Amino acid sequence: MPLNDTIVIIGLGEAGVAAALELRACGHEGAITMVGAETEAPYERPPLSKAFLLEPTMPPTPIGGAAGLEAAGIAVHRGCTALRLARPSKQVICADGTSHHYDKVLIATGARARRLRLPGSNDVPVHYLRSVDDAIALRGILSPPARIGIIGAGFIGLELAASARKLGCEVAVFELAPRILARAVPEDLAHLIAQRHISEGVNLMTGVALTDVARTGSALQVTLADGRVFAFDHLIAGVGAEPETQLAADAGLAITNGIEVDERLQTSDPAIFAAGDCCAFLHGRYDNQRLRLESWRHAQAQGRHAAHSMAGETAPFTALPWFWSDQYDLHLQICGLNMHKAQQVRRGSPGEGLILFDLDAAGRLVCASGLGTISKIGRDMRIAEMLVERAAIIDPAVLADSGRPLKALLRT
Amino acid sequence: MGETWIDACAFSDIEPEDVKRFDHQGRTFALYRTEDDAVYATDGLCSHEQVHLADGLVMGHIIECPKHNGRFDLRTGAAKGAPVCIDLKTYPTRLVDGRIQICL
Ligand SMILES: Cc1cc2nc3c(=O)[nH]c(=O)nc-3n(C[C@H](O)[C@H](O)[C@H](O)COP(=O)(O)OP(=O)(O)OC[C@H]3O[C@@H](n4cnc5c(N)ncnc54)[C@H](O)[C@@H]3O)c2cc1C
Ligand code: FES
Repeated sequence: MPLNDTIVIIGLGEAGVAAALELRACGHEGAITMVGAETEAPYERPPLSKAFLLEPTMPPTPIGGAAGLEAAGIAVHRGCTALRLARPSKQVICADGTSHHYDKVLIATGARARRLRLPGSNDVPVHYLRSVDDAIALRGILSPPARIGIIGAGFIGLELAASARKLGCEVAVFELAPRILARAVPEDLAHLIAQRHISEGVNLMTGVALTDVARTGSALQVTLADGRVFAFDHLIAGVGAEPETQLAADAGLAITNGIEVDERLQTSDPAIFAAGDCCAFLHGRYDNQRLRLESWRHAQAQGRHAAHSMAGETAPFTALPWFWSDQYDLHLQICGLNMHKAQQVRRGSPGEGLILFDLDAAGRLVCASGLGTISKIGRDMRIAEMLVERAAIIDPAVLADSGRPLKALLRT
Repeated sequence: MGETWIDACAFSDIEPEDVKRFDHQGRTFALYRTEDDAVYATDGLCSHEQVHLADGLVMGHIIECPKHNGRFDLRTGAAKGAPVCIDLKTYPTRLVDGRIQICL
């Protein structure tokens, strides 16, 4: 195992930090340098749409373990943007004029909020949410009686809607698709989430197209294709994220909705790896399909995996996709992917926590999605995850009976 | 300061390899019974986002937080890696006439 390579990690997010710590944990003794565009110490993004907005004095939540980077002999350069990868000389060239030689480099540059592209959207202020600075700006606008228009009912838009309602704002959400979260969440659960937003007073509109946004006096005006017009004090767009691929593209690496890497997270250049939101990887668990995921735990798992790959190990990345979202007191968790779903089994009920299990044609558990309070679904979802991990074949009647603890299934 | 033993619950209130929440004077604790019937007590809230660990899963000597699966050794309170890096406090326990007592 090459324990003495000089390693440069670009990006001080979940994937980058996890990779650096894992390299040291598995005995890497060579130099490790990290460069990150943000000046803030590495922080968790998930609270930014949730608790961070609700508690005005809450500091950013540091990424677990990041405080120990320097003590582990890792050089951390904050506020340092990597501009270019010079592949022939193996240098990372940064905006502050420094350059860093590498034997191996990890690109962990994450993603950025996709910009709204609508007539008028460049002429009016539109908020986005990706960074702590964005969240601080949102703190400044989310107070009653502000009228907040949210464009896009993805996870970030919906979490923002919940936070803005909790803070007492008037909230409308516009979604182009006929239902919310169509890609990621089973219909029954998405319906429950939508109902909850409506009962909390959100004006949630699905299947609506925006034609333009404009300023009229002090208000921002949104016009829909059906002719309806709405006025707001502030607009926030949650229209998805785009992988941060510029460095890799400029260096001539292949990009397909993310930096292309193989099942070890290596690019076509054997010295260059990528992990986290920025990469499109071949998933060893799903017939080597190319996937890009935007998920906190996944970014950590990929960072750790990239560390092992850079150290010369050959194992493919096979971690189960896992995601959560919090809206009001509703906690959503999804593990696995439902791409081979043949049958769905329901456990519980909306009131007591509802879990939907997807089984493939052979009866194997491939995905579980739970919605409820943490105390109602947390434990079962963790057990479900272990069962999905094993692709266990389980009697659907047992899964469906919420009176029968799932834990016993782990022993079989 | 003298230590106080507080009656928490019956030993039989906790299944083997499981956890139960115990609240006392505005604080919350997690009481564990292992597979081999040993009893332990830790702080009740995860050190990451303050979620009740009693809603989590006990596996061997590990308690896993239900929210993001942070893991702690329930015997020592030691955080076992990201996302949790702050250890839990632990408290001595004893069994008296089939009741669990915790020393605060
Ligand atoms: C508001 C919000 C809420 C979320 N909520 C959840 C949730 O509830 N559940 C969940 O599972 N996931 C959630 N996520 C997703 C999760 O946070 C991401 O998947 C995760 O942060 C990805 O980690 P990463 O390391 O790949 O990228 P990032 O965290 O984006 O880190 C990349 C870093 O690289 C830096 N960088 C980029 N380009 C350069 C360059 N050229 N030079 C130097 N540095 C550079 C960036 O500034 C950034 O700091 C949320 C995300 C957001 C924004
Ligand atoms: S709240 Fe326990 S791991 Fe996050």
